Amino acid sequence: MDARVSAKIQDVFEEPACEHNQNKSAKEKKKGCTKQLSPGAAAGGCAFDGAKVALQPIVDVAHLVHGPIACEGNSWDNRNSSSSTSQLYRTGFTTDINELDVIYGGEKRLFRSVKEIIEKYDPPAVFVYQTCVTALIGDDIEAVCKRATEKFGKPVIPVNAPGFVGPKNLGNKLGAEALLDYVIGTEEPDFVTPYDINIIGEYNLAGELWQIKPLLDALGVRILSCISGDGRYREVAYSHRAKAAMMVCSKSMINIARKMEERYDIPFFEGSFYGIGDMSETLREIARLLVQKGAPEELKARTEALIAVEEKRAFERIAAYRPRLEGKKVLLITGGVKSWSVVAALQEAGLEIVGTSVKKSTKEDKEKIKELMGQDAHMIDDMTPREMYAMLKDAKADIMLSGGRSQFIALKAKMPWLDINQERHHAYAGYEGMVDLVREIDKALHNPIWEQVRKPAPWDIAVDAA
Amino acid sequence: MATVVDSKKACTVNPLKMSQPLGACYAFMGLDNCMPMMHGSQGCTSFGLVLLVRHFKEAIPMQTTAMNEVSTILGGLENIEQAILNIKKRANPSLIAIASTGLTETKGDDVDGYLNLIRAKHGETLAGTDIVYVSTPDYVGAFEDGWGKAVLAVVDAFAQPCEVRDDHLVNLLPGAHLTPADIDELREMIEAFGLQARVMPDISGSMDGHIPENFTPTTLGGTTPDALRQLGAAKATLAVGARMDAAAAAIEERCGVPFRVFDRLTGLSAVDDFLQHLSALSGRPVPHKYRRQRSQLQDVMLDAHFWVGSKNMAFAAEPDLLYALTTTATEMGAHVVAAVTTTHSRVLEDVPCAEVLMGDLEDLEIRAKAGGAQLLITHSHGRQAAERLGVPLARVGIPMFDRLGAAHMLMVGYRGTRELINGWANTFLADEHQNTPQDWPLPEESRRAASGAEAASCSTGGCGCSSSIPAVDVVPDAVGA
Repeated sequence: MDARVSAKIQDVFEEPACEHNQNKSAKEKKKGCTKQLSPGAAAGGCAFDGAKVALQPIVDVAHLVHGPIACEGNSWDNRNSSSSTSQLYRTGFTTDINELDVIYGGEKRLFRSVKEIIEKYDPPAVFVYQTCVTALIGDDIEAVCKRATEKFGKPVIPVNAPGFVGPKNLGNKLGAEALLDYVIGTEEPDFVTPYDINIIGEYNLAGELWQIKPLLDALGVRILSCISGDGRYREVAYSHRAKAAMMVCSKSMINIARKMEERYDIPFFEGSFYGIGDMSETLREIARLLVQKGAPEELKARTEALIAVEEKRAFERIAAYRPRLEGKKVLLITGGVKSWSVVAALQEAGLEIVGTSVKKSTKEDKEKIKELMGQDAHMIDDMTPREMYAMLKDAKADIMLSGGRSQFIALKAKMPWLDINQERHHAYAGYEGMVDLVREIDKALHNPIWEQVRKPAPWDIAVDAA
Repeated sequence: MATVVDSKKACTVNPLKMSQPLGACYAFMGLDNCMPMMHGSQGCTSFGLVLLVRHFKEAIPMQTTAMNEVSTILGGLENIEQAILNIKKRANPSLIAIASTGLTETKGDDVDGYLNLIRAKHGETLAGTDIVYVSTPDYVGAFEDGWGKAVLAVVDAFAQPCEVRDDHLVNLLPGAHLTPADIDELREMIEAFGLQARVMPDISGSMDGHIPENFTPTTLGGTTPDALRQLGAAKATLAVGARMDAAAAAIEERCGVPFRVFDRLTGLSAVDDFLQHLSALSGRPVPHKYRRQRSQLQDVMLDAHFWVGSKNMAFAAEPDLLYALTTTATEMGAHVVAAVTTTHSRVLEDVPCAEVLMGDLEDLEIRAKAGGAQLLITHSHGRQAAERLGVPLARVGIPMFDRLGAAHMLMVGYRGTRELINGWANTFLADEHQNTPQDWPLPEESRRAASGAEAASCSTGGCGCSSSIPAVDVVPDAVGA
């Protein structure tokens, strides 16, 4: 393995701020945070996928994938991360290497590709993503990027996370490492305020950041840099001047949060925008950290006042659905942390959570789930599609909330389903988002199609009766 | 007619192309009770799977050998072995169909050799499950090539001479560009002549979006293993699309079944040929139903030519689809101002325009703009270009992720041609320009002549004398004064 990638992976595996890691022996840590994949029974993206997920939301950068057509051709423009400005991040750039490149090396094609991109699209920076084949043949993307940076006078950033080094969440962290190594701290903001924060690990899916931003705007808190949703290259480059940071759920970029604390003394907390209580807690934490770093004390009082008004407004709207949703059973299948952060809001609407996935959850997460859902909470560690189908078919749940992967298991069981993963088209963050989520659940549950699609054909009934 | 040219660019921008192993796995999805699998890193499968899920809005059965860096370098024997055993245990399919990827091809895994070892070692465990393999490096060819190679690999693995020929049986080998609806249409046409169609691969059974009674982790519907062994029992093989040449010829070579390849089945004359051929094969006249449909198509051509005729249309698609679409558009009097494709094919020379470019959607955008295109025709990724150009987009092919009904889009036969042409005409109708008072400005020369100034100066204005002579401004009537 490329020694640099190998060193990075070890570095990421030893992440001290990660709770998973704290209980491990030195030997276990070295093995890393993911279970060995089982050939023929594996699902999920690769490290390259993870790096791209983490960095592509930086909207004004040209994201260039160095590899054969599969890596970009089969996957580009497939995420619903929104931009308020540039659309360049949605342009698919790839070296699309051919057989001769595999034999003679793809570095020249890569260099020429960077040149073409800068000439035609003039982005503030180019991110170059390594992939399996080009890693295997030994293309040195770091060297090409260094040379291109010198030659074109523009940052050309290597993102060394070829797919075969591990799964998606490792890729998230390796992508984050590229920002730490090459981007963060390289530029200065025009001005700073005592109210500047970074939001780390938020990808602005379906524009969710914009459900949060009005709250921060109202408090006078400025998002100096969001890493990486709706982010601009320059904002990430000067993000080291923030006073405090929030790390959004899932720990996908925990290394950025921790290392920025180490290097630039930016304290961070882990928070979530999902769920009313979590949103309020997040606002409180932001205020607390900013005050701790020198912002006027009165920020806290203003924050409490805002929380009071917004919570009341949200709960009133959610309560309106209670008569329609009371006692309906929800199966919540998603990547760990998000599960419990929406539970409170669902319960407020009268919904009953009959099961939730804990595959990616920490011990602490599980305790929290028990606290919220009671001791007999049905925690599902790893459910096969067949089991999921059976559970839905037997109507042990009235609706399933999950990611796109299990969508058709629910629909084929003729069961209402709601997308709460990254391909979703609805935004569910903050107070507004929870009201929207409950509205969407109501919409799905009470659609008249369910009765029709479950009704057998008249001739089938006749046969049964006879 | 067309010259085929390669792109000079180092960097592909907005890819049109998808990879070979994905095309191969897509073909495998048309085989019943099958588990397609990519031999590569888990991302190879994951990206392809998400793409097909978004296209069909269906669960997609596809597995991975989950290669990592170490197993790649040491060779994938163990991973393939484990994967096969795992799949056998969990899903017990009739067929495990493996496509290699760029990763494992770069290393140079001898998968055929591995499979021999695995079959020898686990013969008993694997009873009832066939394994087929196709070599499809990502850095060669495109989706359509992968489909063609996979179908050929299945023929090589299963087709055998059959002692008894069924005079009513025909093999139908559909190209990668045909939808489930297209296949259903062709089957219906073949059956209308008293023939039975054996479709291979048959995505109309597996990818048509039906609701099964039970959940299954493998494909559900498609060509059965028994049918694959009976390919040699057919009276003839009919193939659709030039990419199917090799598989159709291989069936003839192995089993002596004569074949005919129809480069397309979209467009009046192409469908005529097909029906005429079926009539000859079956010895039956063309049924009334198709005489009626033919007449309906002629009528639609008459109605639609006002809107489609002389329009500038820009196309980007894989070779077989590109050929079917551009020829039909040309037959409706439209101009092909851009034709971009992904991979080489004998059919590209017959695309009705000066040049076919091996390129991407950036090339399409540039050429569409230069050629004054009034309609873009490509897959859903053309949406950004269409928006920038302010030109409507007609979505065809894979992926079509921002519209519903991809599986049910019909483009073959008289009915499919009718739908296609009406679709284009409707797009032009919806986008029709409403004339305005500013649409027909008179040239300077005419205005000057009308002002009476002409007599006092030269007769052409070519001397530059016009600049000092103002045109007569008509003062509009004051409304409501």
